[in-house]
Amino acid sequence: MSIDAQSVLNETFVLNLGPQHPATHGVLRIKLTMDGEYIMDADPVIGYGHRMHEKMGENRTYAKFLPNTGRMDYVAALFNGHGYVGAVERLAGLVVPERAEYIRVITSELNRISSHLLWVGAFLVDLGGFTPLLYCFDDREQILDLLESVTGARLTFCYYRFGGVSNDIDDDFVAGTRKFIASLRSRMPMYDAFVTKNIIFRKRVEGLGAISAETCRKYGATGPVIRGSGVAYDVRKAEPYSVYSKFNFDVPVYTQCDCMARYLVRIAEMGESMRIIEQALDTLPAGPVMAEKVPRTLKPAKGDCYFNVESARGSFGVRVVSDGSENAYRLKLRSPCFSNMSLFRECSRGMLLPDALALLGSLDLVIPDIDR
Amino acid sequence: MSRDMIMDIVRLVLYVACLVGFAAFNAAYLSLLERKLPSWMQLRRGPTEVGPWGLLQPVADGLKLLSKQILIPQGADVLLFRLAPVMVAVPGILCLVTIPFSETIAARNFNLGLLMIFSFGAINVFAVMLGGWASNNKYSSIAAARVVAQNIAYEIPLLLVVISLVMSMHTFNLHTIVDQQAGGFWHWNILALKVSPMMPIAFLIYFTCMLAETNRAPFDMVEAESELVAGAFTEYSGMGFGLFFIAEYVNIIVGSCVGTILFLGGWDSPFGFLPGLHWFLLKMYALSFAVIWVRWSFPRTQFYGLLNLSWKILIPLALVNLVLTAIMLKLF
Repeated sequence: MSIDAQSVLNETFVLNLGPQHPATHGVLRIKLTMDGEYIMDADPVIGYGHRMHEKMGENRTYAKFLPNTGRMDYVAALFNGHGYVGAVERLAGLVVPERAEYIRVITSELNRISSHLLWVGAFLVDLGGFTPLLYCFDDREQILDLLESVTGARLTFCYYRFGGVSNDIDDDFVAGTRKFIASLRSRMPMYDAFVTKNIIFRKRVEGLGAISAETCRKYGATGPVIRGSGVAYDVRKAEPYSVYSKFNFDVPVYTQCDCMARYLVRIAEMGESMRIIEQALDTLPAGPVMAEKVPRTLKPAKGDCYFNVESARGSFGVRVVSDGSENAYRLKLRSPCFSNMSLFRECSRGMLLPDALALLGSLDLVIPDIDR
Repeated sequence: MSRDMIMDIVRLVLYVACLVGFAAFNAAYLSLLERKLPSWMQLRRGPTEVGPWGLLQPVADGLKLLSKQILIPQGADVLLFRLAPVMVAVPGILCLVTIPFSETIAARNFNLGLLMIFSFGAINVFAVMLGGWASNNKYSSIAAARVVAQNIAYEIPLLLVVISLVMSMHTFNLHTIVDQQAGGFWHWNILALKVSPMMPIAFLIYFTCMLAETNRAPFDMVEAESELVAGAFTEYSGMGFGLFFIAEYVNIIVGSCVGTILFLGGWDSPFGFLPGLHWFLLKMYALSFAVIWVRWSFPRTQFYGLLNLSWKILIPLALVNLVLTAIMLKLF
């Protein structure tokens, strides 16, 4: 075979997907080497939304970094706050009142439901079905209204403080949350009938985008991605933080490893979150929501601390190193999306473009969380 | 020039004006329906600002498209790039020429009307492919390759179904086809179980192929906005894009018209009241409604799913239908 004929047969082209592309949900850019519609190689290029959050955490006081936490994974902003606050509290030895911990759990789980609802809608848009998005947003709106009433924000929450939360919840919030849970429970059969059982949806996602548990471990994937690959790893169970150990809930695990499994994990997790919220509301203790005598400017003793929370996308970790001054010496943010995205290159090889984009969607990436 | 010839020319001009008007009106208001209908399905209200109940929205859309600059990307094949929107819109409108809307309302009564519609329908594919290729855009090129594979796959079952009908009706003349179905809905082809027991299935095959041929969801591989940005139309702006848009709706109308004529008895009234034109439009818009309904209810199929559906399910079914029809014709 002549060289010319060979080069014609091996003809590939580079498709620059992003940074502005409807399927990447943000400023992710993927350099695709394509053979027709088959992906030979996918090289994610990140950093378009890089804002140096880690550095910002090192040149301002601990409290001043709090608003930054809401701007990384803005779809599930409370978890970032929880991770940071938890790490600093552990470092400074602050004891959080029980009521505040309960409120943290309730608001976090609400945030998890809202994040998963958004994902269901966005994933279906990736697959070309637009209608479910509006229903998901309708449900999510109720959560945002609830969270707005206590946190004052609808998206980039900055609610958790060192030693507690900034605002106590009232009876209206409790009643509203119960009402929301009832309404979402009544909506779940509808999602089940129109999305989960939709023949085209099933044909599309079943068996699509298999990620083995081994691959997940290799890239450090966490959250629904690894639970959809049959690994029952959940930070809330593995190393319980806050008051999660007091509640009864299951970790949904599916072993099919495909996009459907990741979808089912998230749907099941919404149910589990509702269970946790109900238990927390039932046993909500009275008391203060802020620890007493938290200094205005925190100066934790020299030390090194890591705190891990189970965000809606996986394990979000914060490492804070203190040199005793009012600024952190080093702040390291471990974002779940970065690890989850890393496996895309290996897993998308040989896939068709629309399938690979469905796989990308199933990873539930929030790009500012990757870029930080 | 004789009086007849002058009258003929006047009539011709009138026909053309009426058809273009009909096509443009339908495209405009189907696009409004396409926004209103899903809005009712999606807990929203759709356009409400322009005109009462948003009724002037299509006018605003049209003006906006007209006022936009038509950009031609670098490296594009200028001639083909400009030609494609025209080539996609004109055949659709020409197809309307042979459609009999009632016993008396038809621009031209061709003997080979059905054949003409399908041959013009094929130009549509060609135009989208050229437009996608001429754009010099990778997404458009992928879409151009898709449109060919898709339309070849779906033209076959579509024509197989139509052939079985033509065999039983012995004509390509749309007027005659409707006449043969006259006398109540049990005479319509969709229920002509004596011709072939698979007729209702044949209608479903026709409807599915119509969705695929008009590149409508769940078979909108060509546009695939979540994968290919806007597919073959990515680089089109202004009225170039507008023409693709109009063509899409005109094709839906033509597809619905042909479906009505072939399977639903055309202007034949199922119960005897109301004039024929009403029934024709009712059936036609019911089919168009179904097309929009399907789009907003289902996610997009994957490309191999689309080809599997055609080659493994629709074509065998259509072939069985064809053979059955032939046997039934021989027997009775």
